[in-house]
Amino acid sequence: MQQAIEGSLAIARAVALCKPQVVAAYPITPQTHIVENIARLVADGVLDCNLVSVESEFSAASVVLGAAAAGSRTYTASASQGILLMSEVLYNIAGLRIPTVLTCANRAVSSPLSIWNDQQDSMAVRDAGWIQLYCADNQDAVDTTIQAFRIAERCELPVMVCVDGFTLTHTLEPMEIPEAEQVEHFLPPYHFSRSLDPQNPISVGTLVSPDLFSEARHSHHQALLNAEAEIISAAEDWAKISGRKSPGLLQADGPEGARIGILIMGSVYGTLADARSHYTDLEPVRLIKLRSFRPFPVKALQQACEGLDELIVLDRAMSPGSGGILGNEVRAALHQMEHLPRIHNFAIGLGGRDVPMDALPKLLAAIDQEQPEYFSVFDVVLDRLPEQDR
Amino acid sequence: MTLTEIRIHGRGGQGNVVAANLLAMSAFETGRYGQAFPNFGAERRGAPVVAFVRIADQTIQRRCQIQTPAFLIIQDEALLHIPGVTDGLLPGGKILVNSSRSAAELPVPEEAEMISLSASSIAKQYLGRPVPNTALLAAFLSLTGLFPIDALIKVLAHKFSGEILEHNTQLIQAAAQEVPAGKWQEAVHATGY
Repeated sequence: MQQAIEGSLAIARAVALCKPQVVAAYPITPQTHIVENIARLVADGVLDCNLVSVESEFSAASVVLGAAAAGSRTYTASASQGILLMSEVLYNIAGLRIPTVLTCANRAVSSPLSIWNDQQDSMAVRDAGWIQLYCADNQDAVDTTIQAFRIAERCELPVMVCVDGFTLTHTLEPMEIPEAEQVEHFLPPYHFSRSLDPQNPISVGTLVSPDLFSEARHSHHQALLNAEAEIISAAEDWAKISGRKSPGLLQADGPEGARIGILIMGSVYGTLADARSHYTDLEPVRLIKLRSFRPFPVKALQQACEGLDELIVLDRAMSPGSGGILGNEVRAALHQMEHLPRIHNFAIGLGGRDVPMDALPKLLAAIDQEQPEYFSVFDVVLDRLPEQDR
Repeated sequence: MTLTEIRIHGRGGQGNVVAANLLAMSAFETGRYGQAFPNFGAERRGAPVVAFVRIADQTIQRRCQIQTPAFLIIQDEALLHIPGVTDGLLPGGKILVNSSRSAAELPVPEEAEMISLSASSIAKQYLGRPVPNTALLAAFLSLTGLFPIDALIKVLAHKFSGEILEHNTQLIQAAAQEVPAGKWQEAVHATGY
């Protein structure tokens, strides 16, 4: 049924439809409303689950790890410093190949302290071995949350659903909340192949000697690469049930013959898409919405960039001393293309800086130069900085 | 696409986000697309806060802040003295302000039209609490004719019942009477396509 509700409430309802048996989370802005709403659904008897109050994000992730290893469907959510505090456990969850779902309400990382949205937090744990899916709007967040449980359980890998903090979590808009039967039809009950069982004891998380470590790492990498197929099939199967298409690994749209592309992860997509229709005098633009950052879909990305002369890659995070994170990965992924577009890399909307409609014409104007921009912060005001920092 | 952009200014504790959400939900009740979101600053009572509402006849994709609203709803007249509050208001833009004083006694930006409503005292009278948000929304809907106030009452009926709903309904009907109905109808501004 279509309802006008806040993104966080919609995500909480989507989680409840997946019937997790254990939820553990510690509140942090802008994730708080998601967990508050789950707590309310539990209190109202809508969701029958063990809601564990913990004293930190480290514990939240640890509870989820243990409960999932013991065979429960689990869920947690966090953001920013919370994700960093979890990070040790996040690596463990992934390395142990434990299926769980985490919503990251994307937020900047201190210092300087900011409660506002960018994607530095999930980027900081990009190498932890989780699947990472980025949502462009709240409908996408609902549908991706439901798909995430199936992907996680089929791949025996954890899935991080990345949702822009405030911009999506705190936005009220109309969206379709699925019926319970639809989700039941899509998501079978959770059975973990290596579930802890006192009758058949196994050890989890033991020391791995140099003799086997490389093989463990290789198989983890391979499992992530193999997850591409499950991400695509989850999107397709859910589309058959819900009637709504999810982008799978990515989605490219725009007029045929467009020679300029813009690649983005998350909610800035909507503003750029709107701006593309609004400013009718601009050069045609192909927008590429990257949904799956891990696994990084090299082939699909090459196909999406086919025919482009210019590609603008927008990062919502950065690696100081290097530059754009997404930008560098895209450069590496495309370098074997026969007709390689010029790649311009900008960080935009850091720490909640608004990305207005006129960002589109400004971006298109910014690439009209001899050398492509290797990396810069797009909306920085250099006059505010001392000479040596400019 | 007809797109109406509204910015609501208030203070923490005045129900600013609630007002934005109610407006977007009421739009949805009448078959329109409503989008509401806050711009949180310091999260404490009394601090100036801003919320944004977009109403359109089709899906709204943009998620940027509203820099050039057609309408401002101001829950506390003292905010008119804070820099930035009336910034970007479109030429001919309209301001609805909660004040017991007349608009002539208040600072009105050039090229703007202001109407004042004693929303806090209306709320005090009907609810026993000086929460101005629903009275302002009722007056706003009456002035603009964006959609009938019944949509707002319907949204409140999802949340409240009995005496509370009855008092709110009375308050909405009373506040709508306090302003000239349809006066801002033509200012319902198409800022989209």
